[in-house]
Amino acid sequence: MTMATTIDKAGPRRKLRSMSRDRTWALRWSYVFLTIFAIFFLFPPIYTLITSLKTSGEISAAVNPWWVYHPTLSNYRELLGSSQFLRFFLNSAMVSACVVVITMLISIPAAFALARMKFWGSATLATGVFLTYLIPDSLLFIPLFKMFAVFHDYTGIQLLNHWYVLVIVYPTLTVPFATWIMIGYFASIPKELDEAAIVDGATWMQTLLRIFVPVAFPGIIAATIFAFTVSWSQFLYPLAFTTTASELVLPVGIITTLIKGDVFNWGQIMTGALLSAAPPLIIYAFLMDYYISGLTAGATKG
Amino acid sequence: MADVELRNVAKTYDNVEAVRGIDLDIADHEFVVLVGPSGCGKSTTLRMIAGLEDITGGEITIDGDVVNDVPPKDRDIAMVFQNYALYPHMTVAENMSFGLRLKRFPKAEIKQRVDEAARILDITELLERKPKALSGGQRQRVAMGRAIVRHPKVFLFDEPLSNLDAKLRVQMRIEIKKVHQKVRTTTVYVTHDQVEAMTLADRVVVMNKGKIEQVGTPNELYHKPATKFVAGFIGSPAMNFIPCRIEETSGRLCVRLSDQIAFPLPPERAARYKSINRDDKLLLGLRPEHITDAKSNSGPGFEPFEARLEVTEPMGMETLIYFPVNGAQVCGRANPSAGAQDGAPLKMTVDLNNMHLLNAESGVVI
Repeated sequence: MTMATTIDKAGPRRKLRSMSRDRTWALRWSYVFLTIFAIFFLFPPIYTLITSLKTSGEISAAVNPWWVYHPTLSNYRELLGSSQFLRFFLNSAMVSACVVVITMLISIPAAFALARMKFWGSATLATGVFLTYLIPDSLLFIPLFKMFAVFHDYTGIQLLNHWYVLVIVYPTLTVPFATWIMIGYFASIPKELDEAAIVDGATWMQTLLRIFVPVAFPGIIAATIFAFTVSWSQFLYPLAFTTTASELVLPVGIITTLIKGDVFNWGQIMTGALLSAAPPLIIYAFLMDYYISGLTAGATKG
Repeated sequence: MADVELRNVAKTYDNVEAVRGIDLDIADHEFVVLVGPSGCGKSTTLRMIAGLEDITGGEITIDGDVVNDVPPKDRDIAMVFQNYALYPHMTVAENMSFGLRLKRFPKAEIKQRVDEAARILDITELLERKPKALSGGQRQRVAMGRAIVRHPKVFLFDEPLSNLDAKLRVQMRIEIKKVHQKVRTTTVYVTHDQVEAMTLADRVVVMNKGKIEQVGTPNELYHKPATKFVAGFIGSPAMNFIPCRIEETSGRLCVRLSDQIAFPLPPERAARYKSINRDDKLLLGLRPEHITDAKSNSGPGFEPFEARLEVTEPMGMETLIYFPVNGAQVCGRANPSAGAQDGAPLKMTVDLNNMHLLNAESGVVI
C-alpha cells in the first residue's frame, strides 16, 4: 500500500519537472533568436546614427566605419537650420495628419456598415475593399497621374505638383486596409451589444459613436498608426506627383536635395533619415499605451 | 404598460420556416413564458416582438398599435439578453441610464430612476463599477436594471439565466419574480428550461417546430397537456408513455399494457374513453408520481401491479425507480422506506385518476 502510494506520487512530480524544463529550454531558444533578430534589425539604424555624427571627410576616409573619431553635430545643425528641410517636415506632417483624419472619417463608418448592416452585396463589398489594397502602388501611379491630368483638362484645377495631391492619393492605400482592420474589430464585438443599444433607443450613428468607437478603440488606434506610417513613409507617389522643392515631403525631399548628381551628402542623408523617423517613434510611444485589447471584457459572459 | 398581440405571425429565413403563423394574446401586466427545445422558434418570436427581426407574415401589435414596421427604438420595449450585453466602457449607472440619456431625460429624473431601479435590484453599491468588475449574477441584475429604468411598455427576456450556474439561476429566478411583482410590466420571457417556465409564468406558451403546441397556466399544462409533446416536455422526470389499447373485459373498460397487465378504468375515465376504437394504437401517459409503491397509495382508481425494478435512484426524499413495461422504460417514484432495490420485484400501484390517453400516431391527448 505504501509502495503504491509512493509510486503514484513520483509519477506526476517527474512529469511536472520535465514540463518546467521544457519551458526553460523554450525560453532560452526564444532569447537566442530574439537577440539575433534584434541585432539584425538594429544594424541599419545604428549605422545611420553613427554616420550622422561624422563629417563628410571622416565618412569617406578609410577608417573603421563603426567608430566616430571626431563626433560632430554639424549635420543636425545644418538640416534643422535649413528652411527647406523644415518645409519638407511641415509638408509631411500636414499630409499625414490630413490623411489620418480622412482615413478615419471614411474607414470607421465603412467598416461599421460592412460589419453590421447586412445589405445586398455587403460581403462582396468587404472582400472588394481588401482586394483593392492588394494592387501595388507601382501599378497605380501612372493611371492616377493620368486621372489628375484629365481632371486638370476638364476643370482647370491643377492638383499635380502640390503637396495636397497626396492627401487625395494616399487614402487609396490607407482606407482599404484601415477598413479591413476595423471590420475585424467591429465583427468581434458581440452582436447583442448593438442590439441592446438599438432597443435602448440608439440610432445607427449613436450606436457607432457611443458604443462601437469606444469599445473598438484599440482597433482604431491600430488603424491610425497604420495610416500615419503609410503616409509618412510613402515614397513612390510623392516622387511621381510632386517635383517643386517647396511641395516635397520628407523622404523625397531628402533624396532630391541631398543627392546632387553623383555627389551623395551621406552625413546629411543619414541625419535626415534619423530625424524623419522620430515622429512615428514618438507617436508609437504615446499610442502603444492605448493599444491594448481586452477592452470588451465584461460586456458579455466570458 | 401594455398588452401584446400576435396575429398569424410567421418568419422565414431563406426557405426555412422558423415560425409558422402563431397567434398569441398577452394581457397587460401578464408574465408569459415561451418555452420549447432549441430551434422551436421561441427566440425568433421574441426578437420579432423586439423588432430585431423582420416579420415575414402576420401582425404584431403592442398597446393596440401595429408595430410591424416600427423600428425597435420606437416600440418602447426593453430587452435583457442571455449574455447580458452590458456596455463595457460604461459604469453600471451609465449602462442603466444610456437609454434615458439618448432620449434626453432631465438629469434629476435619470438619477431618481437609476437609484430606484438599483434599490429594487439591490445593486446600489455597484453603480460606479464597470461591468468587468461584476460577477455573473450582478451583471444579470444590471441588465435587468437597464430595462427597468426605461419604464417600458414590455419587458423581453431572452434566456436571461442560462449563463448562470444552477444555484444562482434558482436565486435569480426568484429575483425576477419579485421584480415583476413590484413593477408589474408586461413580460415575455424565453427559456428552454421548463422549470423556469413553470415557476415564473402566469401563462406558459409551449412551442415546437415553429408552432404553438399549447398555451396555459403552469398547472393546466401539467395536469391537462393537449399533446404528447407538451406532456413529455413539462415535468421532470418526464411523463411515461406506455403503448396500450382499450378493451372490454367482463363489462368493464380496461387499458391493456401487455398480456399480463391490464387495468380497469375508473368510471369517469371509462365514460370519456368508451367511444375509442378498440384497434387504435394508444399510449398511456402517466407521470412518475402516479406510479408509486403500493404502500404509499390506495383508493378508488388506484390499481396494483408488480414490477421487477431495473434501476433505482435514491434521491433522499424519494427513490426514482425504473422498470420495463411492454418495451417502454417506465419511471416511478417510491417512498424511500418502500424497500426498492435494483433487480428486485416491488408491489406498485398506478393512479388512473391522473392518467392520460394519447393517440400514438397523432400524439393528441384524448
